[in-house]
Amino acid sequence: MDIHEYQAKEILAGYGVRIADGGLAYSPEDAVQRAREIGGDVWAVKAQIHSGARGKAGGVKICKSYEEVEAAAESMLGKRLVTHQTGPAGKVCLRLYIEAGTNIAKELYFSLLVDRAHESIIMVGSTEGGMDIEDVAENNPEKIKKIQIDPAVGLLGFQAREMAFALGLEPSQISPAVKLITGCYRAMRDLDANMIEINPLIVTGGSGKLMIMDAKMGFDDNALFRRQKVAELRDKTQEDKREMAAADRGLSYVGLDGDIGCMINGAGLAMATMDMIKLAGGEPANFLDVGGGASAERTEKAFRLVLADEGVKAMLVNIFAGINRCDWIAEGVVHAVKKIDMKIPLVVRLSGTNVEEGRKIIAESGLPIITATTLAEAAEKAVQARNEQVAKEQAAEGATT
Amino acid sequence: MAILINKETRMIVQGFTGKIGSFHAQDMINYGSNVVGGITPGKGGQTHLDRPVFNTVAEAVAQEGAEASIIFVPPAFAADSIMEAAEAGIKYCVSITDGIPTQDMMKVKQFLRKFPKQERMVLTGPNCAGTISPGESMLGIMPGHIYQQGVVGVVGRSGTLGYEAADQMKALGIGISTSVGIGGDPINGSSHRDIFEKFEQDDETKVVVMIGEIGGSQEVEAGIYASKHMSKPVVAYIAGLTAPKGRRMGHAGAIISSSGESAAEKVEMLRDLGVTIAPTPSAMGETVARVLAKL
Repeated sequence: MDIHEYQAKEILAGYGVRIADGGLAYSPEDAVQRAREIGGDVWAVKAQIHSGARGKAGGVKICKSYEEVEAAAESMLGKRLVTHQTGPAGKVCLRLYIEAGTNIAKELYFSLLVDRAHESIIMVGSTEGGMDIEDVAENNPEKIKKIQIDPAVGLLGFQAREMAFALGLEPSQISPAVKLITGCYRAMRDLDANMIEINPLIVTGGSGKLMIMDAKMGFDDNALFRRQKVAELRDKTQEDKREMAAADRGLSYVGLDGDIGCMINGAGLAMATMDMIKLAGGEPANFLDVGGGASAERTEKAFRLVLADEGVKAMLVNIFAGINRCDWIAEGVVHAVKKIDMKIPLVVRLSGTNVEEGRKIIAESGLPIITATTLAEAAEKAVQARNEQVAKEQAAEGATT
Repeated sequence: MAILINKETRMIVQGFTGKIGSFHAQDMINYGSNVVGGITPGKGGQTHLDRPVFNTVAEAVAQEGAEASIIFVPPAFAADSIMEAAEAGIKYCVSITDGIPTQDMMKVKQFLRKFPKQERMVLTGPNCAGTISPGESMLGIMPGHIYQQGVVGVVGRSGTLGYEAADQMKALGIGISTSVGIGGDPINGSSHRDIFEKFEQDDETKVVVMIGEIGGSQEVEAGIYASKHMSKPVVAYIAGLTAPKGRRMGHAGAIISSSGESAAEKVEMLRDLGVTIAPTPSAMGETVARVLAKL
């Protein structure tokens, strides 16, 4: 689960990390009011969306008057901002964070991540802040410092100092940097975060203070059950509506950009099925993982979720029955199709336990269900059905106009 | 011979008396697995499925000589159960439980490292379908009947995709020595490479199949190991060719977060390492057949 910049900053401030004065705004008037409260003569107006790289998308503006603050707020609120991290649909901006302008002498990079290979938390720092760290890793790998944190003992003082020196800080800045690094680590550990990225971490001009300019935090979904306060920070407007609806029904759903809807059991088989659709010349719209026990009601719910995506032109059901049985799934499918009144073609491939009984139920239902026995055949038939459906819709459109 | 489990392996079920634990314990018994009892704290002394229930893993080890364990404990308590098994002297543990927090798994892995390598419990999973040595024993939740006994060792992250592979092989008359699920989580008990080492030492296994997916670097590490230390041919399929970067594809660990983690990149690196690639998921069986024919 991701949270907004302002939420991450509030959390980190609670762990002793220095942030600039700022406030949240929901309207241009709010934004001006926040600027007045903050004082000074330069402010940053920042769109609160779950994405980095907001600057290039017009989501961060530096303003030197209240009029500019108002205009900047006007230009962002209610808009969908598209960054290279959001996908083409973008993310809607409904909240702004107004922050006191800061004089920046140096931009650095600092993050904490889960290191899968070493099965621990890793600290990453670089003197090259304010840009994409992947680009730095590619072009100047020697400018990146990585330090593993032992899960048994946690972050050690000397490691935090090592990182602070690697960031090229002055002797007087080492102690505040250690405090900042330690604060971030404690937040990561205490709240089951799986990512904290401070980019840039800045050194202010003149006073040489360390401050976090942008902050991203991501949390382990598996640990939200024990992090109630974190779970409350969820902003549903930033998440795929279809995914939220599925999660609320205890199903796992991934929304994609194509037009073939998929209902599959198991994430690996789902990925494999989508590979087959792609190879057959199609694009998946989504996949819904029905999991182990697919009852008739569960199957119907799953059908509704897959079909709720209006762009879906054909649906593919691919089930390898292990714990569950093909005849149960087939009954669920027949029940769902009868109840829902499907307007698009459906391809069903069943395999595994009781497959013969399952196929018989589908065949005897009298419903226009296209069946397949292998994975390859299922994908090919789904793409073919999709193409026919699109042609049919185009012909119908031609006839009416 | 198979790896990890055989007919004799004395198994216990942690989370024995719960609905899911009971269901799968019965299924394992029906398959012929040597289930000697189970653990449910507070229900020690009772009998369940005609087998004794213990309060602790240590008691099951002392009284029944338990060697292997399977975990159906809810995610909040699963890490603790895994560590209890390791401390009690269990040699092999499968964690079926899905949804264990990442930082809990870091602790588990750190805890296991305190044991000398020869005595250290082998853990597979979490978030996996378990392990089966067809015709011998099953420590998992898979449909046993789709597996034929044979000479192909299988290791994979996904449960149902592993079934798909077993089914394709069976249709071609190809059997499996042992199939091991290592699970879809970012931090797991054993890597593909760990299981490769065991297959390399197993006389019965002639070919090894790896079913991988996007995210992390375990598939490539296994490929590097195979190119340097394995005499047996390796076949691989990597799922997720269509997965966009930064999107979690169902499994907690199935996410492309840095370079080298996409399916296309993994396939290319594995091919360079001499691994035979099954180009599509429906070609897993025939690819194995081709490799077997050359032996």
